[in-house]
Amino acid sequence: MSVLAHIFEAAGIATVVLSSVREVAQKVAPPRALHCEFPLGRPLGIPNDVEFQTDVLLRAFALLKEESGPVLTDHPVQIEVDDQPVSCAIPPRYDASLPPSVDEARGIRNAYNRALDRRGFTSVGRAITADEVPNALAVFHAIAVGTDWASVEIPGGNVMAVCHDIRTYYEEAALELIDGPAPGGRAMENWFFESTEAGKTVLAARTAMKDGGAKFPVWFYMAPGNR
Amino acid sequence: MNGDQMMRAHSASLPAPQFDNPAWVTPIALSKARVAIVTSAALYAAGDEAFTAGDTGYRLINRDRRDLVLGHWSPNFDQMGVKMDLNVVYPIDRLEELAAQGVIGSVAPRHISFAGNQPDDVSTIRLDTGPSAAAQLRQDGVDVIILTPV
Repeated sequence: MSVLAHIFEAAGIATVVLSSVREVAQKVAPPRALHCEFPLGRPLGIPNDVEFQTDVLLRAFALLKEESGPVLTDHPVQIEVDDQPVSCAIPPRYDASLPPSVDEARGIRNAYNRALDRRGFTSVGRAITADEVPNALAVFHAIAVGTDWASVEIPGGNVMAVCHDIRTYYEEAALELIDGPAPGGRAMENWFFESTEAGKTVLAARTAMKDGGAKFPVWFYMAPGNR
Repeated sequence: MNGDQMMRAHSASLPAPQFDNPAWVTPIALSKARVAIVTSAALYAAGDEAFTAGDTGYRLINRDRRDLVLGHWSPNFDQMGVKMDLNVVYPIDRLEELAAQGVIGSVAPRHISFAGNQPDDVSTIRLDTGPSAAAQLRQDGVDVIILTPV
């Protein structure tokens, strides 16, 4: 973003950056930056909080009055990520003959469908469709319990993209399963990787693939780097 | 170390591109300015071309679109905020409100999305797609850009 600010400014358009990493804003030194120590992925700070988001924009636009730069100021509010999983219902076991994650993924399908109906679009589909999520989890389950990852076909072909689709399927379903204020940053990620069978399966398959000699970019990006 | 702390430390450790003699534009009054959003969230309008891994291009987003797919390839940030409220990444409704209140002059007809996970030297963006995106916004008479990172 800071790089693009220089490019746009050189083209004759004034810019303000909402910075998310202060050291980068310091080093790249865009003309005007408001550093916002908010959860990554939430540059305006708080979902569904019109007043807070407007305040962020007005503080950013105020930097346009500066006569010279670079200008780097800080938003006075810091927002930490949430270390806990959000409270979100997970369906009980239905078909004990299936791997738990496959059973679970089938169980939340109605919630996913409701989210799709309400929103009208989905971010699932980078490599697989929602229909293919249970089968993808069955493959990761097999890898997690000992099947050589190199001997199986990963649905959709791209491991990173498949993992994105599985996680997104769950997160979009969760939109229909939680209520109250928006959960904090990473609370839903914590729920997926720590509370759901799907998340645990992805992490277990990731470990098995790492131990089984998969190349770093193949296994590493299956989940956030700190997991 | 939580995920955000890890990513911030990683980003801070990377070499940063340098800009000698950086440009500085003095904008017209905000109440007269046309404002555009440029985000690095890899958002794109449903049905438009998806972002590939390492995509150095950009997508144009018409002002009236809200059905925006999250095309970012990194798993290392909160993805739920934007699913609950597009404006936490792409504050298009906030801009519409500020325009209606007369705080900003107008909302640009088109906005722009890049993918935040870029090759470290960002040379394609510097030399090709960045200037191309700037030309698109100039064509629309944009005076001010607010950049939102993911």
